[in-house]
Amino acid sequence: MIAAISLTARNVTIALFFILLAAFPQLGQDFYTEMVIRVMIMSIFAISLDLLLGYTGLVSFGHAGWFGMGAYVFALLGTKYQLTSNLWLTLPAAMLVTAFFSFLVGLFVLRTRGMFFIMVTLAFAQIFYFLFHDLKSLGGSSDGMNLRGKPTTAIGDWIPFELTSTNTFYYFVMLLMVGLLLFMSLLLRSPFGRALQGIRENEHRMESIGFPVFRYKLAAFTISGAFAGMAGYLFAILNSSVNPEMLSWHQSADGLLMLILGGMGQLWGGVIGAFTFILLQEVLSTFTKQWHLWMGVAIILIVLFLPGGMISIVERIKNIWKRRFT
Amino acid sequence: MDLILIQTLNAVQYGLLLFLVASGLTLIFGVMGVINLAHGSFYMMGAYLAFTITSMTGNLLITIVLGTIISALIGAVLEWAFFSHLYHRNHLQQVLLTYGLILIFEELRSLLVGDEVYSVKIPSWLDFSVPLGSVMTYPVYRLFMSGICLVVAVCLYFFIQRTLVGAHIRAGASNRAMVQILGINIDRVFRLVFSLGVALAAFAGMINAPSATVSPAMGTQVLIVSFVVVIVGGIGSVWGALLASLLVAFADTFGKVYLPDYSGIAIYVVMAAILIWRPEGIFKS
Repeated sequence: MIAAISLTARNVTIALFFILLAAFPQLGQDFYTEMVIRVMIMSIFAISLDLLLGYTGLVSFGHAGWFGMGAYVFALLGTKYQLTSNLWLTLPAAMLVTAFFSFLVGLFVLRTRGMFFIMVTLAFAQIFYFLFHDLKSLGGSSDGMNLRGKPTTAIGDWIPFELTSTNTFYYFVMLLMVGLLLFMSLLLRSPFGRALQGIRENEHRMESIGFPVFRYKLAAFTISGAFAGMAGYLFAILNSSVNPEMLSWHQSADGLLMLILGGMGQLWGGVIGAFTFILLQEVLSTFTKQWHLWMGVAIILIVLFLPGGMISIVERIKNIWKRRFT
Repeated sequence: MDLILIQTLNAVQYGLLLFLVASGLTLIFGVMGVINLAHGSFYMMGAYLAFTITSMTGNLLITIVLGTIISALIGAVLEWAFFSHLYHRNHLQQVLLTYGLILIFEELRSLLVGDEVYSVKIPSWLDFSVPLGSVMTYPVYRLFMSGICLVVAVCLYFFIQRTLVGAHIRAGASNRAMVQILGINIDRVFRLVFSLGVALAAFAGMINAPSATVSPAMGTQVLIVSFVVVIVGGIGSVWGALLASLLVAFADTFGKVYLPDYSGIAIYVVMAAILIWRPEGIFKS
């Protein structure tokens, strides 16, 4: 009975969330609309990282590499070499390129474990950081590049929508985020997703049952990289610029922070984490110039006292409720 | 030929400096099992200490002695306040907590000494160059740095290999539970290792300050390179760290000369190559 009630409560909350999210741009506050777009893009980034961190048990500290790479694919195709800026070509290209490189890097890094994995993923992200920082042919410069414009959306002569309008872009990003959430919930229920969670719990046991653990991890690493690339692609469009800092380890750390804030290994953890993180950033930076200091203090307090993330607050309240009234 | 000689001297000097930072990092990893992202901040702290104390005393040697003691004390306090809570936490929590510490250190630095780039004066008795080959000269301070770093590395070797406390540290790195059962106070060993690591990193920052600039980004740069050193050398292995420091320094220095476009990635390519050969570093612990 309690399960049924909490299930509907959860569904009502989710439905309400989507209604509010869909209605939000109608307020016409462009500044806040763009902020929510940023939150949704970061949610996509965090969810893609969660596939590794929360579900496969791989702590990647180089996820920003894929984020930045996806952004740079669009910048190179659309601005630097001006081959095409068509959405239907550049978005798949960004995801394919990041998928390809995360597959290659995965072949190396997945041979390592634990601390080594953390540091090796960081090191590979640094390689990409320096490539986009130093190589002229990849638009290398510490200032990055300003983009020529938003992607065009024509399919033949037909133009279904224009990404130049903030609201249209909002709904486009929202659609992708919802799509990713659906994809994730299906993936996690599939035999493949179950196997990943099995690997998280006990890799050796999965190996001895006969699962090809390395291939499963490689597949997860590749999928996760592709979606991070998608997030980076969207972020480049939002800012109309790309920058090597998108590949920096601060960006990777931000992704990990969002998951710790929201709660990892939970479908909604990434979304809640991205919301909390960006809200925290905005609030702190309006109150004080030294907002990094307070961000640092907040991170330490959360790690020490709330390791389960914001989602665990709900569980804690429920537990207190249960103890008191049943 | 002279160019190669000069670059070799530079590489050795850079490698030894890197070793001072990375040896602390690898000991903290190996003995305490903690990933310390804030290690680069201690290097930065050393450089800023050098700047602050020399502007008061005007003497680099006094500065280094005083600065090393101060940083060892700061290390002990930090271990007590933060790191001692991390031993039973998972890697992710360690990464995040120490990342939070970086943000705090960087902001405190900005509040206390500002964001400007500073320089520290080379003491006058070391501020000259010696001829090298027929046309080139080489600054004596850099040779002095290499010498001092080498002395510290040898002292570290004797401390770890030849003293009782060193034996405790080595034992702690290989089997923590057994050390405790034998009645050794492992908490004290941890605190010692941590403040030793902080002191080494800060010492490196101080000794390097006169020959480079003191700038806000220096902590992050050295941190990531030290990570590469620790991976290549093998976690917890001080000798691996020495070998890997020199390897990384040579790759970086000669990469800058011969492949300037790709110099940023040279050390990571070396790392990838080593990891294919030995996935747990050269000296697996």
